[in-house]
Amino acid sequence: MSWLMFALAFWIGAWGLNAWLARSPWSGTRAVRILVPVLFGVTLIVLWEGIVRALEVSPVILPAPSVVAQTFANSTGLLWEDVRQTVFKGALTGFGIGASAAFLTAIAIDRSAFLTRGLLPIGNFVAALPIVGIAPILVSWFGFDWQSKAAVVVVMVFFPILVNTVQGLRETDAMQRDLMRTYAAGYLQTLVKLRLPAAMPFVFNGLKIATTLALIGAIVAEYFGSPTRGMGFRISTGVGSLSIDLVWAEIAVAALVGTTFYGIVAWIEKRVTFWHPSQRG
Amino acid sequence: MRNLLPVLTVLAAIIALWYVAVAPMNIRVALDQAERAGAAVTPEGALPRRALSVWRLMLANPDQIGAGYRLERPRLPTPEQVGRELWKTTGEMALRGRAMSKRSLIYHGWITLQSTLWGFLLGTSLGILGAVAIVYSRVVDMSLMPWAIISQTIPIVALAPMIIVLSAQLGIEGRVVPKAIISAYLCYFPVLVGMVKGLRAPAMSQLDLLQTYNASGLQAFVKLRLPSSVPYLFTSLKVGIAAALVGTIVGELPTGAISGLGARILIGDQFGTPLAIWAALFAAAILAGALVTLLDMLQRVTLRRMGMAA
Repeated sequence: MSWLMFALAFWIGAWGLNAWLARSPWSGTRAVRILVPVLFGVTLIVLWEGIVRALEVSPVILPAPSVVAQTFANSTGLLWEDVRQTVFKGALTGFGIGASAAFLTAIAIDRSAFLTRGLLPIGNFVAALPIVGIAPILVSWFGFDWQSKAAVVVVMVFFPILVNTVQGLRETDAMQRDLMRTYAAGYLQTLVKLRLPAAMPFVFNGLKIATTLALIGAIVAEYFGSPTRGMGFRISTGVGSLSIDLVWAEIAVAALVGTTFYGIVAWIEKRVTFWHPSQRG
Repeated sequence: MRNLLPVLTVLAAIIALWYVAVAPMNIRVALDQAERAGAAVTPEGALPRRALSVWRLMLANPDQIGAGYRLERPRLPTPEQVGRELWKTTGEMALRGRAMSKRSLIYHGWITLQSTLWGFLLGTSLGILGAVAIVYSRVVDMSLMPWAIISQTIPIVALAPMIIVLSAQLGIEGRVVPKAIISAYLCYFPVLVGMVKGLRAPAMSQLDLLQTYNASGLQAFVKLRLPSSVPYLFTSLKVGIAAALVGTIVGELPTGAISGLGARILIGDQFGTPLAIWAALFAAAILAGALVTLLDMLQRVTLRRMGMAA
């Protein structure tokens, strides 16, 4: 029971500290803004550890975070191999191909108002569909290796990025376009100097949505067959063979990779769209 | 209605492209079958054919191209085949009074819809409660909001098998609960973000006005913040229900479920019946479209009733 008491005490203490920090005069500073959520996350892990230890939950049901951390440390080689297979080969390749294809398609159809009006509702509709379902089809088309995973990712990221880019390209107002006309700018110049920069907040919105979708696609596709490595493969076999601690380590890796990927895209967004109101301040 | 003609044109183009793509996708299977049936095929044997591109094969065997459109287990079925399979497993069964048979997609769609709606209910409630807490408490705002964002960058599919194993170990019967948890996980976030924005939408001057009326905090919430968040709520509900459906199907895919649209996809993959996969996929798409359209209509009616119609 002492573990449970400790966890509860830690929870109350951390909550009190957070409440005090949030109301303190330093609540606006960067350090506090990072410290508060970190403390919250640590509290969750301590609670988890305390509950698992106090109630003696079987490691087959829910391993304690300390056990997961140990497994993580012991199998870094294995985890790294899975990341290379799933993320670098499957997800990133697919993300690159899908994003560039969507971007170029958006610029191409943008020249025709007719096509834009036809494609935008369809794109919006398809973006809301459960596209992950095509994973088994694409795995049977492209084989078990990373090519099929990349193909699933391409299809999944294509429509969100396409729709966002097309919408972004329509963002400039008449005044700005007229100004470009008075400068005697051609189509290409207007595109590069005015419309693409104006579209960037939308493009990055699509890219950020796509980062999560890319990982989801790559992992789901591995449930339908993969070589004997990869995060999805390890998770599905780990659940089957009850090595739950390895599954949680793999989940931790997925979380880490997902957050990093999102963070990188958000960081690039900050550099590219520094002028946008949402990035100021 | 202005968009009807362009949308139909693009749809027609997509279907035409699909029909064209069927020929190269299916030519190998068609040639294998024709050879087994005793027809003359150039080149003979499956192995030498593998070295050739599909285009060369189509040039060499122009009279076998048509067979690719009539395969029983095609790599890529034609839209017509998919439509017929869809009708066979929905409308035709309903007409024969067997809409709830295990082979009917209506039955499987119903299973998926149930989990989706439970997950949607759970996720929406969590999202709204979380948003209220975030708007009224600075601590919650500072500690919860970053984690809400991080939670969405974690690929839920990695967690999905774990959630199902966990709830089975905890003695939760059936698959509705774990699937609903997964779809709630995907669906709470858009609702949370939309509601935070909506509850913060009233201008300072409006809140001040309520203060001069001596309105209590609860009155300010019910009469000002809640009504002004409704347009935001509906927009995020539409995103949320689509996400909830994705969550349910993801929950059905990797875990050996036997009923539900995701399970139909899985079973179709294991038994090598591509038509079943495609029919289940289209059923899922129709379900998603119907749910979003329903919410859209609800939004229009509600906003008009509230005098906020755009």
